[in-house]
Amino acid sequence: MLKFLLQRLASTVPVLFVVALLVFLVLRLGSGDPASIIAGDSATDQDLAQIRQSLGLDRSLVEQFVIWLGNILHGDLGYSFFQHKSVAELIGQRIEPTLSLALGTLVLAIVIALPLGTLAAWKMGGWLDRALTCFSVAGFALPVFVVGYVLIYYFALVLKWLPVQGYHRLEGWDDMGPWAARLALPWITLGLAYVALIARITRASVSEALTEDYVRTARAKGLGEAIVLVRHALANAAVPIVTIIGIGIAALISGVVVTETVFAIPGLGSLMVDSVLNRDFPVIQGLVLFFGASYVVVNLLVDLSYLILDPRIRY
Amino acid sequence: MKKCIRRIASVALALGALALSHPAMSADAQTLRIVPQANLTILDPVWTTAFVTRNYGFMVYDTLFGTDAEGAVKPQMVDTWSESADHLSWTFTLRDGLAFHDGAPVTSADVVASLKRWSAKDTVGRLLAASIEAYGTPDPKTFTIKLKKPFGIMLDALGKPTNLVPFIMPARVAATPPNEQIKETIGSGPYRFVAGEYRPGEKVVFEKNADYRPRSEAASGTAGAKNVYVDRVEWVILRDPQTQLNALLGGEVDIVEQPTFEQLPVLRADKNVKLVNALPNGQQYYARLNHLHPPFDNVKIRQAAMVALGQIEHLKTQVGDPSVYKFCKSLFPCGTAYSSDNTSFYTGKADPKRARQLLAEAGYKGEPVVLLRPTDLATIAKLPLVTKQQLEAAGFKVNMQQSDWATVGTRRAKKDPPAQGGWSIFETNGDSDPNPLARPALNASGANGWFGWQDDPELLHLQTQFVEASSLEARKKIAEAIQVRAIETVSYIPLGQFTNLAATRANISGILPAGAQIYWNIRKN
Repeated sequence: MLKFLLQRLASTVPVLFVVALLVFLVLRLGSGDPASIIAGDSATDQDLAQIRQSLGLDRSLVEQFVIWLGNILHGDLGYSFFQHKSVAELIGQRIEPTLSLALGTLVLAIVIALPLGTLAAWKMGGWLDRALTCFSVAGFALPVFVVGYVLIYYFALVLKWLPVQGYHRLEGWDDMGPWAARLALPWITLGLAYVALIARITRASVSEALTEDYVRTARAKGLGEAIVLVRHALANAAVPIVTIIGIGIAALISGVVVTETVFAIPGLGSLMVDSVLNRDFPVIQGLVLFFGASYVVVNLLVDLSYLILDPRIRY
Repeated sequence: MKKCIRRIASVALALGALALSHPAMSADAQTLRIVPQANLTILDPVWTTAFVTRNYGFMVYDTLFGTDAEGAVKPQMVDTWSESADHLSWTFTLRDGLAFHDGAPVTSADVVASLKRWSAKDTVGRLLAASIEAYGTPDPKTFTIKLKKPFGIMLDALGKPTNLVPFIMPARVAATPPNEQIKETIGSGPYRFVAGEYRPGEKVVFEKNADYRPRSEAASGTAGAKNVYVDRVEWVILRDPQTQLNALLGGEVDIVEQPTFEQLPVLRADKNVKLVNALPNGQQYYARLNHLHPPFDNVKIRQAAMVALGQIEHLKTQVGDPSVYKFCKSLFPCGTAYSSDNTSFYTGKADPKRARQLLAEAGYKGEPVVLLRPTDLATIAKLPLVTKQQLEAAGFKVNMQQSDWATVGTRRAKKDPPAQGGWSIFETNGDSDPNPLARPALNASGANGWFGWQDDPELLHLQTQFVEASSLEARKKIAEAIQVRAIETVSYIPLGQFTNLAATRANISGILPAGAQIYWNIRKN
């Protein structure tokens, strides 16, 4: 177990190095020069050269990469070209809104999707199953911005129950209300697709489990349907469901740009978009590394969870 | 089922109650919430020409002179000033009570350091710097400028309402090299920047500078009294135009600085909202040609392109709403001091027949015109579509290449031939600064000049004459000559003038029309 953990952690190093190298090269060899954006419309060649020099962009690619890598090894992700803040500080500022949005969405999705998918599998072909199929198609097909704008129009502008936009930071218990109020519509908007996804996976996994011998045995022992469903079918169907939830967490952390834009949530997704449009290389590099590390950690946690969910799995 | 509906309704009501309990959603007469035109990421108004940073500058810093609503330059930090009879010596005295936000008095040393840094970057500032023999600071309230040659637009330069504005900073801050960002945000303006609450991409917070002493004259443009009637201003960064609109209609923000043209009918129809023309000079769209390479290294082919392009078609496509655009064939914004109807052969109307004739006379060999189109910049993305069509109608072979603005910004700096990664035309919009020297596209100093690299000593000579002329009448005549020369050599092609209206809640009053968005004098009733 410990060996597995160490091996997995060690294997992240080359992965992150390759990610770092690729993103560094793609940014430097691609089009777009941060100096021209900083300098603005009236800049001359001389201005651009001076700004490139001040940003260190006049050095060779190898030199720039070695300096950046050296800084990372010292725990320094660098400094934004545009904003007077370190990359770590910028990520720190944006992580709370992103985590609030991501985790809230997943909690909402799990709370709704697990019972829905399980019941649909139990009564396969029934009205609930057919409704879930329709809901899933709608959940996947409806673009997030359409759902978002419709919800804003009805709940914020017509009923005036909820705010249109923004994020309220959690600094104490008193902030819980405004925090939840500002996130309610984004959670629902984003949750729709995740409810559809998790419910479909749950339905498929549970329906397969319901055909297994141990379920027939449980029923033959006279156990109630609820126990059969939850303890035997759902528990044995958990591995694919947890896998999809894990992927969902990683995908949500690495940026739900449209939702963040529609609801003006200052998260990591919008930071990434701004940085790409401005060619703010240190921030893009820092974010990609952060997202890469997040994927690795989430995948590791998912793998470890298999040990608990399925005792047959050994590492 | 009924039980289920009741539960859903109770959850919704609970959320609504939570929302209504949030203080930011209730009316707060002392906080002005503004959606700026862009995210504020750079806090140095000399380091960048971004308009949002210029507007930030007007919140935090003060200026020596201001420009009123009629375009006249009036003193702001300056109390008295004088000019010698030979126009080579200027003496300025600062008014009483000027202090930076850290309590230190504003001194002549701060002014000189600020002017030196600004004049290393700004187009007009560079001309001033080239004319200066020495600055002097005889006492903490007086500074002098000794010139090598007359500089007739001294007050216009010091009172510039738009990029780059000569804001006054503490000397220690202004000592920062011009191509490095300053690290302190201390000014002497009507608002203090609240650094602790600054979150780029989310919000920017300013507090009223209670120690600021406004002038006694009535506020007008960037001149006169800078009275602040709110305690706090928050710039709320909302990227999505639809979200901006929803936030204004929902009463969550008080002002949207630049709603899109498509939103104007919706805003006009809402009785809780009003539209304000805060930037009456507006802006101009224009096309810049590359003078270095074929086909536009040939002046006759440049003239053919100028004749081929019509303003109204560009304005209809890009702006759409006739109430906010204006046909203006003058290179200098119509309605300002230097605009003139003397535009030589240029009519501003598309004439493909005449353009074809000019192309034939010039011996155009069908060299492809590489036209750059920034697809992510909605404010100008439609212009190249019209340009392509009109150039093709005149017989040009056009290769429109699409990318994001960052790529266009990089590519336009390349001097390579169009076929090797260079370009032939890019289009942009510029502030309608009435000063004929402020437009970068009139910089005709060749390889050291602005992208497009026009090399025209005669245009430069006229600009020198303009700088040295001491009367407005003399400058108007020279400005007309500059305009004619710039048209005949096709420094750039104007594609029309437009105005960005601001949208405010109905309870907001006192927005001052000026050359930049300024936020003093505003009341929230």
